[in-house]
This record gives sequence, C-alpha cells and structure tokens, in this order.
Amino acid sequence: MASVTHILGIESSCDDTAAAVLRIHDGRASVLSSVVEGQSGLHAAFGGVVPEIAARAHAEKIDLCVEEALAQADLPLSQIDAIAVTAGPGLIGGVLSGVMCAKGLAAATGKPLIGVNHLAGHALTPRLTDGLAYPYLMLLVSGGHCQLLIVQSHDRFTRLGGTIDDAPGEAFDKTARLLGLPQPGGPSVEAEAKAGDPKRFTFPRPLMDRPGCDMSFSGLKTAVLRARDQIVAEKAGLTTQDRADLCAGFQAAVTDVLRGKTARALEQYLAVNPEAPAIAVAGGVAANRSIRAGLETIASDYGVAFTAPPLRLCTDNAAMIAYAGWERWQAAQVDDMTLAARPRWPLDNRAPALVGSGKKGAKS
Amino acid sequence: MVRPCFQIDLPSPRKTAELAAMIGGLLRPGDVLLLEGEIGAGKTHFARSLIQSQMDTPEDVPSPTFTLVQTYDTGTGEIWHSDLYRLTDVSEVMELGLDEAMERAICLIEWPDRLGPDTPDTALHLRFDTLSDSARRITLSWAQGDWDDRLASLKTERAHG
Repeated sequence: MASVTHILGIESSCDDTAAAVLRIHDGRASVLSSVVEGQSGLHAAFGGVVPEIAARAHAEKIDLCVEEALAQADLPLSQIDAIAVTAGPGLIGGVLSGVMCAKGLAAATGKPLIGVNHLAGHALTPRLTDGLAYPYLMLLVSGGHCQLLIVQSHDRFTRLGGTIDDAPGEAFDKTARLLGLPQPGGPSVEAEAKAGDPKRFTFPRPLMDRPGCDMSFSGLKTAVLRARDQIVAEKAGLTTQDRADLCAGFQAAVTDVLRGKTARALEQYLAVNPEAPAIAVAGGVAANRSIRAGLETIASDYGVAFTAPPLRLCTDNAAMIAYAGWERWQAAQVDDMTLAARPRWPLDNRAPALVGSGKKGAKS
Repeated sequence: MVRPCFQIDLPSPRKTAELAAMIGGLLRPGDVLLLEGEIGAGKTHFARSLIQSQMDTPEDVPSPTFTLVQTYDTGTGEIWHSDLYRLTDVSEVMELGLDEAMERAICLIEWPDRLGPDTPDTALHLRFDTLSDSARRITLSWAQGDWDDRLASLKTERAHG
C-alpha cells in the first residue's frame, strides 16, 4: 500500500444519501470531503422515513453524491484506492442502492470493494476524529438506536446493554407529539425544557433498579401521557409552563437513565484495564446538552476521557464508512461481488438478544 | 362489518406477552393483525412479544416507529412489523410494499387506520385499552375469515384460566 491512500465511502442505510473521500497519510486519516444529501425535504411531506420512497431517492442521488464528493476532494475516480459501502443494517431498499453503486464502481475501476456495518461506522468514528486507542467505551444513541459497547477492535464489539424497546430519539419524538411540539422532537423538547422545572414531575427511571446496562424508554412516554392527561383533566388544558415542566421532567429522566447505565458500563469497561480509558458518545441524541453534560460528569467522576465527535460526523455520514472500510482493508477483509445488503446486522452476535417480554416490569 | 367478538383483560405486561405468544402460535402467512389503541396502550409490546415467541433464536425487536417497517424471518414464516403513524396517505402503504406483504407474510400493523380502504376483510382487529398503569383490555374482532375456529382454543384457555 502506498503511503497515501484514498478511500471512497458510500452510505444510504436510512434517510440520508452520503458519499465521502478519506485520505490516509502515513496511517493518519483526514476527511477530504463528506457530502450528505438529506431527504428531509422529500420526507417532510410524508412525516417520516418511508423505505421504498427512500430507496428511490437514494438510487437517484447516490451517483451525484459520489461525483460531488470526488469533486470536493479534487480527485478523479482513478485515484481512489478502495470503495467502502454500508451493507447494513438499515432499510433494505436504501442499502441495496448503495451496494449496487459501490459494486458498479468497484467493477469499473478494479479496486477493492469493502462492505461495512453502519453501526461499526458510528462506533469507530472516535478513532477517525480523536484517534482513540482500543478498547474504548461507546454509547451510541439516536432515533433508532441505543447501545453501550466496548469497542475492542474494528470488528470486535462487546455489547454491554441497550434499549429493550424504544430508542431515546424516538422517545423525544413521541413526547413532542404528545405535547404538540414540532418534529424532530429532540431539539424542540430540549428548547422547551429550558424554561421548565425538572422536579415538578417525577417520571420513572425504568430498569434503574436492575443490574446490567439494559434500558427502557417506552414506559417514559406513557408516563408523560398520563401526566399530561391529568393536568388537562384538572384544568382543561396545558399552560406553557406545564408543557415546559413536562419536557424538563422527561429530559431529566432520560438523562438519569443514560447516566446511570453508562456509569455501570464504565465499571465493566474499567474492569478490562484499558491503557488509556475513554468513553465516546455518538448519534443525534448526543447533541442534547443536558444528556451530554450528564455523561461528561460521569466520565470525569470515573477519571475517564470523554469525547463526542462533531455533530456532522456523529449523525449519518459516509466519512465514517470510508474510515471503517479502511480498518477492514488493513485487516485484509475485502468483499467481492457477492456482497449482500443486510437489513439486520447486530454488532455483537454473542450478546443475548434483549428480550423485552422476558424482563418483567420493563414497562412498569 | 367488523363485529366485536370477545375481550380479554390482562393485568400485567407479562400476561399481554403470554397472550401474544398464544396468538402467534395460531398464525400463518397471509394473516394480518391490526393493532389499535393510543400511544402507550401496549401495541408494540404485544407485537414484540408475538414476534419473539415465534423466533428460534431470540433477537431484538426494535420499535418500528423510526423505520416504519421491520421484517423478521421466523419458523412460522416472514413477519412484518409496521407502524403507520407517520403515513399521511393511503398510497404510501403501497410504497412500503405492505399491500403485497399482506398476501404472503404475517403482518402486524400499528396505527392501521392509515390503511383506509386497503384494510383486508379477513384481518384480525385487536383494540388495546388502558385499564391502569399495567393492566390492559384487548378486544378482538373481525369481519371475515376463520378466526372464530382459530381463536376457539384461546376462548377455552381463557375460560379455564
């Protein structure tokens, strides 16, 4: 391998289509370009991610994204040394669009094709941005995901726990929906919570009294609903203050659960005696200031370095796919034209599934 | 016309999970279950319990709110778990491929009012009502199909239980 290597990354597993070019110079990675074409305009009309619609849009946009990423990196396709693409998990139509595009480019250029797990892309991002050493603790928290992982190598992840029902991002969305706040719920609930009293409503902290790192957020939204209905029954409506207090109480509960479970995960992580202990948080929910502050406090209590990649590399993007692809390539893990798109692809196959129904009281 | 058939009161999430597993055991490809009820009524809990009861190796069953559809391969056949809350128009049901899935897979559909005229006559309706923090009442009903025969064991079980 030459001392300068260029990797093209392609990502299309959810509602964004993305392409990026990564330069590796003497083992150090830098992002030359990272193009993310959101489909939010398209989805606004539909109010969410509609899989088949997303697939069509990905297929239409993906070539343009690759072209734009190459143009911004000021490189011709012939200078690309390998092509990394998200092969799952995600909406199958979208993932397929990316995989087909990558296969076409690999066939045309004769360069290696590398299939990447989307979640591994997120989990390895702190190495791209901060050069974290293995093993580090990772909290991945977004609209569709919530898990605590020890990242041991580019393809070895130990899942310590995760949500057994809704992801926190979804809980924010549903709370916003219940309170008549705009979507996405994350920013609107956070803004509303600023003027609220987090102590007025005591919402449950599900599974906090149980050992382990599993979390549950589904009961929380039900509790918000109850509290809202109770106020409405008492005074035939919600005041602005009521709504702010509900948001503040909800956000405090989510923060507490994430903080408490992360503390437990840190204990398990520190038991493996990492040389340079560090925790990284990624995913859109990491942008919430209250949650972030809570996690920073825990990290400093345990004397562990805290890092959160910049938001543009924290949410879905293709630079992380290019980076994860590079690590796989380093380990000689290359795919061929049989690379398949996988709708489900857990990072840690050894961890038992989070069987919600088997955990009594998860909803109470 | 959809007629109410019978109601089951479930005192806890665990009882809901047991009922879901029992109903899961009665299903075959082409069956459509419409899960109706407000946010927090237990629709996803029921669906998750049913899907996991049919899996050889238990797997995570995340909420489909974010992705709209999650699919699972089980011993009973493919199961589609979908949440139509975010849809605004009947035509989007086709975009999801749900119309086709309703013919060949087992479909568990939350917020099925979005189906409109595409609601299958043979679908089993399950209405979830909240009785208390942990207790739910489920009302089963249908317009057509052999649910009467297939759910007979459930009624007996209930009488004995």
